Amino acid sequence: MTYDTVVIGAGLAGLTAALRLAEEGRQVILVAKGVGSTHLAPATIDVLAVDDKSPAEALSKLPSEHPYARLPVEVVAASIEWFKARVAGYRGGLHENFLLPTAVGAVKPSAVVPESMAGGDLRGGGRFVFVGLGLKDFYPAYLAENLDQLADVSARGIELTLSHEGSLDLARRFEQADLREVIARQLNAQLEPDERVGFPAVLGLRHAAEVWRDLEERLERPVFEVATLPPSLPGMRLYEAMSEPLRKAGGRVIIGPTVVAAETSNGRVEGVVVEQAARSTTLRARSFMLATGGFASGGLQLDSRGRIRETVFDLPVAGAPDRPRFLPTYLEEQPLDRVGVAVDEQFRPTDVDGNPRYENLYAAGATLAGAAPWREGSGNGLSVATGYAAATILEGAQ
Amino acid sequence: MTELVRDSLDHCVKCTICETFCPFSQVTPLFPGPKYVGPQAERYRGAGLSPDVSVDYCSGCGICTQVCPQGVKIAEINSQARAQLWEDRGIPLRNQLIARPSVLGRLGTPVAPLANWALQNRAVRLLAHRLGGIHYKAPMPKFAGHTFQRWAKRHRSTVSRRKVVYFHGCGTNYYEPGVGEMVVAVLEHNGFHVRIPPQDCCGLPLQSNGNFPAARKYLRRLIGKLAPYAHDGWPIVANSTSCGLMLKREAREILEVEGEDLEAVSAATHDICEFLLGLHERGELRTDFRSLPLTVPYHAPCQQRGHEIGKPALDLLALIPDLRVIELDADCCGIAGTYGLKKEKYSISMAVGERLFRDVYESGANVVACDSETCRWQIEHGTDVHAVHPVELLYRAYGLDAPVAVSAG
Repeated sequence: MTYDTVVIGAGLAGLTAALRLAEEGRQVILVAKGVGSTHLAPATIDVLAVDDKSPAEALSKLPSEHPYARLPVEVVAASIEWFKARVAGYRGGLHENFLLPTAVGAVKPSAVVPESMAGGDLRGGGRFVFVGLGLKDFYPAYLAENLDQLADVSARGIELTLSHEGSLDLARRFEQADLREVIARQLNAQLEPDERVGFPAVLGLRHAAEVWRDLEERLERPVFEVATLPPSLPGMRLYEAMSEPLRKAGGRVIIGPTVVAAETSNGRVEGVVVEQAARSTTLRARSFMLATGGFASGGLQLDSRGRIRETVFDLPVAGAPDRPRFLPTYLEEQPLDRVGVAVDEQFRPTDVDGNPRYENLYAAGATLAGAAPWREGSGNGLSVATGYAAATILEGAQ
Repeated sequence: MTELVRDSLDHCVKCTICETFCPFSQVTPLFPGPKYVGPQAERYRGAGLSPDVSVDYCSGCGICTQVCPQGVKIAEINSQARAQLWEDRGIPLRNQLIARPSVLGRLGTPVAPLANWALQNRAVRLLAHRLGGIHYKAPMPKFAGHTFQRWAKRHRSTVSRRKVVYFHGCGTNYYEPGVGEMVVAVLEHNGFHVRIPPQDCCGLPLQSNGNFPAARKYLRRLIGKLAPYAHDGWPIVANSTSCGLMLKREAREILEVEGEDLEAVSAATHDICEFLLGLHERGELRTDFRSLPLTVPYHAPCQQRGHEIGKPALDLLALIPDLRVIELDADCCGIAGTYGLKKEKYSISMAVGERLFRDVYESGANVVACDSETCRWQIEHGTDVHAVHPVELLYRAYGLDAPVAVSAG
């Protein structure tokens, strides 16, 4: 098969680009060595973490090396609207960030959030109750004590004793009405009239919207989820919500094989070499989208000699620091944070002189140089915006 | 344990993505999940020590390895741990028996009417349940009464310079010789000379039941039969996805068999749909398909996905006029070869398959396509919908089932 586009990587950037192209009628194949980081992250679409201020305003003030600087704010906004039109139940936009509580009681700014998390918005304060379910790494009293220090916020924790289960098992049990009934009965006896109720993010998987609405009805108040440690149930829902329409639109998804190299000629990528069970094969296409992520997902590699490699096309890597590569201040920005693939205005990876390395290769998501998603709170926002924009440009170029 | 498999352990970052996809831990607390019994428990397994009995509830479907973003060979680690467990404890007689399909086939074929009667008889099945540990409801295939090998010996294949070796496996030989005949017909229709050497089991069921020494013996014998062709450059085509995967990868990564012969056979082996789609990509596949006005849901078996070739059946079936194929996205049918036959595992197996059964049933289709024989039997058992190998649809669309069209080949 010769495809129109091969997308490499199954994270949010790869899924966004692939879905956008498949919806335009392109023959798309998405190939990834494993499932992407959707399953590890809270599934909020963080555009830029500037407290409750406008991410749109902050976007226009970024340095020119930042991937967002390749995009007019209107394009970022369009990508968010595109996303919200496809994945049901997301709220928010670029005008203002939600402020959501984390599992340790910190405050996390986020532009676009699942409706099941929106009720936890701390802007304007209020009274909150956090419910523990015996889940490891979710301690409602600890969470509440930290939040309680905020002005206008009062918070407390309630621990309900369920059998010790993991978040996956809990999510499946929440899909059964009898568990919800028991929990609602226990809580209704303890809740004050104006308290909002936060649960760890285990409120269902396939029928999550129904589970969340049902709990709001039973408790007669806003109910919300707080992101937990992996596996992320909201992330699993997001993966399903993106990959299912991709397949329905005729896109092919292959999870498992690793893309190890590329075949190129005359400044074009002709194919990518994919390792299969017994041999390797070449997937040919008119264009290619690199969305393999950064160091954590193997899109970039750092060896013991300090060399940094982009693992599929061996592209030049921008932003590589001189020594030291690591700083002892763990939570500060690290010298390696902004390392990645530099791209031109059309999201094509560039050589050191700024010219596109291959005319039909595009890149999106965490593999791009210039961003520090963990520090600046931009992970999923960058993936949606650059995946959307790069796919739009690619589509126009053909 | 092979270095490749063992070393991959250190890449585990405990992200639990494998756990979120495991179809078995979702339905039973007896299996705590691939990460738990794999990369985690492996660190506590010393020589000859197998503390973790729950690994026996891993079906070996391999989905964990496929979805792992760090390249950890989770299913392979678990298969080897399961073999170690049974080596320590001794393999039950039942598992020794059901893991030898060619022995059962040789016993059952001459007395097929009687054997088939017994397999459908409730009293016999209850007895086998009680004494033999084979669940009385489990889907047992019917013996065809004649082997595919017998047909093959009488069959004169097309004379052609384009040659292919056909590895048909035990399911085709004893239970579904008709599928083998269709594979041969489709290949011959495309101008191939099909060679069908005598062959026995690949050892896969013994591998999944933890008897590695016996599995290796079968495997080496089969490799010996196929290697001369592979060395001469013949492609090998297999219609059983799990047996094909044994030749391609599991022999090396799980059974730790090595050697030039295996390497040659691995490199030559193709799944039938992979092979046919390869022909099409080179413009060499005949596309004289008749209209087939059907709606057919398609399920890619776990072991098919282990080939890492995508789903070539979808592209092939798309060539057939008026055939509407629905790609099913349920992960697993639950049977996992012999897993779902076992008394203690049958209900787990059916619970795993539930989503697939529902999707097949709700499609309203009369026929469902699936590449693996045991999965087809399980789907029929769970839905009462007739399950066929995708090749059967190609065969019908080529008109090879109607005598008038055969002359065109």
